[in-house]
Amino acid sequence: MERIIDSQLDVLRDKLLLLGGTTEKAVHRAMQSLTQRDSDLAQQVIDDDKVINKMEVDIDRLSVEILALQQPAAHDLRFVISVAKITPILERIADHAANIAEAAIILNNEPEVRSYVDFPKMAEIAGEMLQAALDAFTSEDAETSRKVIKRDEEIDKIYDKVFGELIEMMIRDPDSTPSAAHLLFVAKHLERIGDYVKDICELNVYLTEAAFIKHKKSIKKLKKQAKREKK
Amino acid sequence: MSEAIHNRRKFVSSIMTTVTAACAIFAIAVLILILSYIAYRGIAAINWEFIVSTPKPVGEGGGIGNAIAGSAMMTLLASLIGLPIGIGAGVYLAEFGDKWYGNTIRFLSDTLIGVPSIIVGIFIYTLIVLPMQRQSGLAGAIALAIIMIPIVARTTEEMIRLVPKSMREGALALGAPQWRVTWDIVMPAAASGIATGAMLSIARISGETAPLLFTALNSRFYNWYYDKPMSSLTVQIYNFATGPFEVEHQMAWAATLILVGLILVINIIVRIFTRKKF
Amino acid sequence: MKSKISIKNLDFHYGPNQALFDINLKIKEREVMAFIGPSGCGKSTFIRTINRMNDTIPIAKVSGEVLIDGKDIYAPKTDVVSLRRKVGMVFQKSNPFPKSVFENVAYGIRINRMHSGKSDLEDRVEKALVDAALWDEVKDRLNSSAFGLSGGQQQRLCIARALAVQPEVILMDEPASALDPIATQKIEELVVELKKEYTIAIVTHNMQQAARVSDKTAFFMLGKLIEVNPTEIMFTNPEDQLTEDYITGRFG
Repeated sequence: MERIIDSQLDVLRDKLLLLGGTTEKAVHRAMQSLTQRDSDLAQQVIDDDKVINKMEVDIDRLSVEILALQQPAAHDLRFVISVAKITPILERIADHAANIAEAAIILNNEPEVRSYVDFPKMAEIAGEMLQAALDAFTSEDAETSRKVIKRDEEIDKIYDKVFGELIEMMIRDPDSTPSAAHLLFVAKHLERIGDYVKDICELNVYLTEAAFIKHKKSIKKLKKQAKREKK
Repeated sequence: MSEAIHNRRKFVSSIMTTVTAACAIFAIAVLILILSYIAYRGIAAINWEFIVSTPKPVGEGGGIGNAIAGSAMMTLLASLIGLPIGIGAGVYLAEFGDKWYGNTIRFLSDTLIGVPSIIVGIFIYTLIVLPMQRQSGLAGAIALAIIMIPIVARTTEEMIRLVPKSMREGALALGAPQWRVTWDIVMPAAASGIATGAMLSIARISGETAPLLFTALNSRFYNWYYDKPMSSLTVQIYNFATGPFEVEHQMAWAATLILVGLILVINIIVRIFTRKKF
Repeated sequence: MKSKISIKNLDFHYGPNQALFDINLKIKEREVMAFIGPSGCGKSTFIRTINRMNDTIPIAKVSGEVLIDGKDIYAPKTDVVSLRRKVGMVFQKSNPFPKSVFENVAYGIRINRMHSGKSDLEDRVEKALVDAALWDEVKDRLNSSAFGLSGGQQQRLCIARALAVQPEVILMDEPASALDPIATQKIEELVVELKKEYTIAIVTHNMQQAARVSDKTAFFMLGKLIEVNPTEIMFTNPEDQLTEDYITGRFG
C-alpha cells in the first residue's frame, strides 16, 4: 500500500542527496581551485554556497511539514530526524568548502609557497568519506558508516603532519607566514569536514539501528534495562 | 450522474413525499372526524345530573354516574393486578428471557394479545363467575387484568431492551449485582417507556366491552363492592345504543364523549408524570 | 517494583471462536499501559478480562490466569463485586446513569456501602469530582441531570464515578474516541494525573494518544500480543516488524 508519507519521504531523500552531491562537488572544486590556482573556479564555489543555503532551508521546511502533518513514527520518524540533522551538517561542510575557496583566492595572488602534495590527499579522503557516508545513508548500511567513521583518523594524521610542516615553514621562512597561515586554515577546514562526515555516519547508524552511538548510550541498553525490569 | 437520472430521482422523491403526507392527513382527518362527531352528538346531553346520577326509566332522565364509578373501580383493580405482573414479566423477559423458556413466554403472550377479548370474558366467566354463582366487579377486573398483562409485558420488555447496554455495563463495572442494575439503572431509564405502555393498556381496557358483558354484567345503582355486579361505561353505552329510543341513543353518544374524554385525561396525566426528569 | 496485574497464558473464546491467544503480560503498579492494534484485534476483550466484564457474555470462556496483587481473579472463590470495586472501568461511550450528577457519582459509593453518613457521602462525591477535574464545572449543578453535561464532561463524570469507589486499577476502553480534541486533551491530562495513584490500562485507536499518555504500549493483532515495550521504544524503534508496519500506517 502506498502511503501519503512515502512520496514525501522520497522527496525528502532526493533533496538531501542532491544537497549531498552539491556539497561534495563544492569541496572537490574548492580544492581544485587551490591546487590548480584557479580563482574563477574559487569564486564559483563561493557563489554556489548561496544555492546550498537555499537547499538547506527547503529541506528544513519539508522536514517540519512531514513531522507536523504526517506524524511519522518508528523508522519514518528516525528518517526525518536524521535528514533534519544531516542537512545543517552538509551545509556547514559547504561553508568550509567556501572558506577554502576564499583562502584559495588569496593564495592564488601570492607566489606558490609549496607544492600542495598532502592537501589533495586530505581532500581526497574527505571527499571519499562524504560520498561513502551519503551512499551508506541511502542504502541504510550501518556497517559502511562505521568503516567511514574509522577513516577520520587518516585525515587527523595527515592534518597533524601538515600542521607540523607549516609551522616549520613559518619558522624557516618568515616571509611565507601569511600564506602558511591561510594554508593552516585550509588544513583545519578539511579536518573539520572529516569530523562532520563522522557525524553523518553516526546519524545513519541511528537511522538503521536506532542506536545512539555518538555518546555511547544506546537504546539497546535502555531495552535491556526494560527487560530486566520486566523480570 | 446524468441530469436525467437526477431529475427523475427528484421527481420520484417529491411524489413519495406528497403521498405519505396525504396518508398522514387522511389518518388524522378520520380521527378528528370521529372525535368531532362524537362531540357534536354527545355534547347536548351532558350536564351535571347526567354525570352523577344513576340510570332511570326511559324519559325520566337519569345518568351514568354509577357506570363511571364502576369503570374507574374495575380499571383501578385491573391495573393493580395487571401492571405489576405485566411489568415484572416484561423485566424478566428482557433481562433473563433469552433461553427457550423466555421465547415460549414471549410467544404465548403475543398469542394472548391476539385473542379476542370476549374469549377472555368467557374464560373468567367459567373460572370465577360460575363458582361464585354471580357476576361481579372482581371478575370484570380480573378479565381486564388478563387483557392488560401481555400488552404491558411486551411493551415493558421492548422499552427495557432499548436501554443501552453501556449503561448496564457502567453499573456492573462499579460492582453492582445484576438485580440492582435492573432496579436502580435500567428501570428508571425505561420508566417513561414503561409508563407509556401502561397508559396504553389502561386506555385499551377502559374501552373494552366484551369481557365485561359476562363478568361484571351491569348494575343500575352505585355499587362500591367488588363482589357484586358492577356497571361500566362501555356496557352502559352498549345498552343505551341497543335500546329502541332516540333519548337512549343520545345518552349513548354523551357517555361515549365522556369515555373518550376520560381516556384523554389519563393520557395527559401519565404524560405529565412521565415527562423525562433526567 | 512489583507487578500489579500479571497475566499468564490467557486464552479467550467466544463460543467456537478464539479471541485471545496465550497472552502473557505484566503491568506494574502506577503504570499506564496503552493497548493499540487494529479493530477486532482483541484489545478491548483483553482489558475486559481484567475486571471480568466478559462474565456477562454467556458464551465467553476464559482460561489461564489473571493475577491482581498475586491473586487469580478467575479462581472460583473470587467475589466479582469486590473485584470490580477494585478494578474500575471507563467505557468508550460515556454512559452516565439517568440520574443527577451527584447521584451518578454517589451510586457506586451507595451500592458498596462505603459512606458513614450523608456528609461523608458528599465529601466522597466531591473528592471524586475534584480528582476527575470536573468539580469546578459541575459544583453548581450537582442536582441537575447528568445528561445535560457536554460529552467530555459526561466522560469525566464517568471517570469520577469510577474513582468514587476508590479503585486501585482503572481500565479505560477508548475513553476519548467520541470526544473532540479539547475534551480529549482534558482526558489525557487526567490520565497522566491519575497515574500518580492508580494503575491504568487504556485501549486506544489513537496512536498519538498512546504515545502521549502511556509508560508502556502493548500491540495486539488478531488476538495475539505482538509486542510490549516502553512507549518511547514502541514509537521510535519497535522490535517487531508488524508493530512497525502498524504504527507507521503500512496496514490498517
